[in-house]
Amino acid sequence: MTVERDAAPGRSEHTRPESSVVSLRDATLGYGRRVLWSGLNLDVAPGEFVAVLGPNGSGKTSLLRVLLGLQPVTSGSVRVVGESPGRGNRRIGYVPQQRAMEESLVMRGRDLVGLGLDGHRWGIGLLGMRARRERVDAALDAVDAHGFADAPVGRLSGGEQQRLRVAQALVSDPEVLLCDEPLLSLDLANQQVVSSLIDRRRRTANTAVLFVTHEINPVLPLVDRVLYLVDGRFRIGTPDEVMTARTLSELYRAKIDVVRVRGQIHVVGAQAGLCEQDHHEDRN
Amino acid sequence: MDQLFDFELTAELLDFPFVRTALIAAAILGLVAGVLGPLIVSRNMAFAVHGTSELSFTGGAAALLLGVNVGHGALAGAVVAALVLGLLSRRSSEHDSVIGAILAFGLGVGVLLLWFYPGRASNKFGLLVGQIVSVDFASLALLGGCAVAVLAVLLFIYRPLLFASVDPDVARARGVPTGALSLVFAVLVGIATALGVQTVGALLVLALMITPAAAACRVTANPLKATVLAVVFAEFAAVGGIVLSLAPGAPVSAFVTAISFFIYLVCWIISLTRGRARRGVASATTAVPATPR
Repeated sequence: MTVERDAAPGRSEHTRPESSVVSLRDATLGYGRRVLWSGLNLDVAPGEFVAVLGPNGSGKTSLLRVLLGLQPVTSGSVRVVGESPGRGNRRIGYVPQQRAMEESLVMRGRDLVGLGLDGHRWGIGLLGMRARRERVDAALDAVDAHGFADAPVGRLSGGEQQRLRVAQALVSDPEVLLCDEPLLSLDLANQQVVSSLIDRRRRTANTAVLFVTHEINPVLPLVDRVLYLVDGRFRIGTPDEVMTARTLSELYRAKIDVVRVRGQIHVVGAQAGLCEQDHHEDRN
Repeated sequence: MDQLFDFELTAELLDFPFVRTALIAAAILGLVAGVLGPLIVSRNMAFAVHGTSELSFTGGAAALLLGVNVGHGALAGAVVAALVLGLLSRRSSEHDSVIGAILAFGLGVGVLLLWFYPGRASNKFGLLVGQIVSVDFASLALLGGCAVAVLAVLLFIYRPLLFASVDPDVARARGVPTGALSLVFAVLVGIATALGVQTVGALLVLALMITPAAAACRVTANPLKATVLAVVFAEFAAVGGIVLSLAPGAPVSAFVTAISFFIYLVCWIISLTRGRARRGVASATTAVPATPR
């Protein structure tokens, strides 16, 4: 595994802000007097993979909420796929944290994916059932989930559930994929499966990916740029630019060491548990 | 005991118009309860339904005292209760305690209102355990009208409501107005509950609103199938309960609850045996899938 990288496919000709699918200009987000981040300028090109890192409470998830239109910025401007964020933009896909679903939940994997396609629409959708089924089947195929698509989702493993989540986010054919810690509590093998599914999508369909995570290593080979948020400060750049002792020490305002071992990046000295998390055991 | 199943007497009684009316009322109720049920179960609203039904009793008691139609009073009580519960308990962690607090107070008010009422005791009792054979044409029309309205609204909001019920986080991210939907659904449940109170009574409305759906959800994870099954189960319990209660002249509620509980029991056993089989299969094939290319 190497941390050196060449530019993402097509990235060089997409660095002009007009072509960016996510664009924040001088954006500030705060609650009351507390400022999560301010003066944030970020342009994400189609097909680009941006990892959003930072300690808990640094506003990573809030950034996604802003892009989803669930939360307005305090100041500055935000554009997502050429529009200001509004509730329920169909061109945005969303993969939430893996959270245990109740075993008794009355839903199959197929239903979960189908809701991602048209769950926001009024009515019961009797028209176009066949076309719907085909799209759902294609999405299930893309994540290799046909084997368990008809089982109750609550009885599936965390990895299987998360693959369905990816299918659910991709079935509407989004131009931007927002992922909120999608690998949390997955084991290493499943982390790899889920992140490679997301990677394949952005390579084949040129979908931009904003990937909020505690841990950069499982996605390090995929990351084009890193947005690192700490206490209202931030850095944007390639992993090689941002994940250095000097940059992180400035961000954290503390002595931070960055150790590279076998292609992985380990951050030492940041408050325990803020940057790095142990791999969780898969739920079974 | 042998008069429990007197088919001749049952057939004879089925010819009476008031029995026919009762059966139609039960069929309408079973349909509405069966359609709403799986969503109620998915949203963990069983206790809210119980609370709403008890509070529709309070509304009915108030109507009795004021001299207006008891059915309208029950309807108003249930809708107000549903709105209050929906508005007050947005956070699920305090949902149950809010219902408990309001439920106790509402029942106390209802008891006080009944005590004020100078009429006969059987009227009071009827509010609690249901008097389906007393359903007249006017209340049948109200029942039918309400049922059509509830089903029409539900048809319109079904998909987003299902999304918000089974997968609230992603539904919110996709722009589904989850808060507004839960209020609308609470009102629909309130109306259906009030209808149930008049047929099987406030204390037994769970037998139609919850038990058939809970049974259906045990045997299928397909939301559509669960709805169909819940309707079938609820119809079976409501209509079957009335038919069985005719010959012995026993309270309808006893039969309705018994039938729905029996169905639940059967479904529970089916899910147990199936779960064991599935777990056996699952443990044999939990290997991590190959990384897709």
